[in-house]
Amino acid sequence: MPDFGYKIAKDRQIDYDENKRLIFSEVAAWEPSIYRCISCGTCAATCSAGQYTDYSLRKLILLVKRGEEQEVITNVSKCLLCGKCQLACPMGVNTRNLILGIQNAVKKTTYAV
Amino acid sequence: MSKTVLIIGGGVAGLEASGVLSKLGYTITIVEASDRIGGKLNRWANLFPTQRPAEEVLNYLKFQLDPNTSIITNTKIDDISLGKTQVSATLSNGNCIQADAVLVSTGFEFFDARKKEEYGYKIYENVITSVDLEQIFKDGKELKTSQGKTPKRIGIIHCVGSRDEKVGNTYCSKVCCVTGVKQAIEIKERIPSCEVFNFYMDLRMFDRHFEDIYKKAQVEHHVQFIRGRLSEAFENPDGSVMIKVEDTLLGKPMKMNLDLVVLMVGFVPSSSSVFLKKGLQLETGNDGFFTPADEHYKTVCSNQKGVFFAGACTGPKTIENTITEARAAALEIATYLNQN
Repeated sequence: MPDFGYKIAKDRQIDYDENKRLIFSEVAAWEPSIYRCISCGTCAATCSAGQYTDYSLRKLILLVKRGEEQEVITNVSKCLLCGKCQLACPMGVNTRNLILGIQNAVKKTTYAV
Repeated sequence: MSKTVLIIGGGVAGLEASGVLSKLGYTITIVEASDRIGGKLNRWANLFPTQRPAEEVLNYLKFQLDPNTSIITNTKIDDISLGKTQVSATLSNGNCIQADAVLVSTGFEFFDARKKEEYGYKIYENVITSVDLEQIFKDGKELKTSQGKTPKRIGIIHCVGSRDEKVGNTYCSKVCCVTGVKQAIEIKERIPSCEVFNFYMDLRMFDRHFEDIYKKAQVEHHVQFIRGRLSEAFENPDGSVMIKVEDTLLGKPMKMNLDLVVLMVGFVPSSSSVFLKKGLQLETGNDGFFTPADEHYKTVCSNQKGVFFAGACTGPKTIENTITEARAAALEIATYLNQN
């Protein structure tokens, strides 16, 4: 088969019906303060990891809620667990425990790499 | 003989102003186009942000009316003109009214959601408006899809007919954000297992308690707020609706199936405002709402002597703001009539 240099682009659309949201159900039970998040981005602005990588806790929480689990897996390890976000969060989300919960859930789910 | 005030529109603003003006000793005539007084309150079950029954406010407004108030329902104004000190109106029932002052309290109408054709209102069976949903609550009916099933997933679409140049309404309708949050909670109270999503551009939780119910919706009822404006909706063969939206906080397009879609329809000026503008030579903005004499300190006065405004005829407004404004208008009218 000759290589014409074409490939099929991966669908980057969030398919909410197909996504399983296994990590979310684990995490919501582990750290219910995830429901308090208003996606303001204060956490991401203060984040040391976010200064040098494309890591954002605001986005990570949304990825968890939408069930974009592959992206959750690639992103959650970028966190240094320093806890600055927890000091900055205006809604009192227990961010550090939330991230630990996401890391644990990732290990438990079949998605783990 | 006491001086007379003609009140055009027997909704929240007209009724409150009427009660105050009666107490101040004026003779009131309320002309109401529909078959009953109370305006849009008649169609609402519960009010934001406290979810108190709309009937309580309606009962208050009716209770404080003077028994001698002349209330003419099912009647429109065919002709209206300003004289030197009086306004004369010819009613659709043939009667003529002379009054010393006139209060325009014609309120608003709901945006016709059919104009946002891509959302499928009156085309897809399971697309309803916030007004339809409120009617279901008011009638005490169970919330079902048109196929008679209990919905498992409902999407609430904010800003339908508001902040939308394409439909000609560039303004924010102010109360739909909090109504969307209120109705999301009410859906969850009835069907706790139902997933509810609010699709918004901004959530304008400007007033007291609003932020509290937004938090309550998330923390207690797990309502999900997704920042993104619905771009299109399709009907599936089973009657459910597939929607496409961008999750703008993730920067990714998203699709999902919903059993029921609720459109948060905004305010548009009352259809009578075009006619009244002409008859009374009033000023309106590009949005079609009446422009008061000054938008900071003369919000209840018009550009014409003897003509006053109260309520949503000068723009989208909450009930409490409307009631406050009606009382201010009543006082302004009394001052005017005392001087003349």
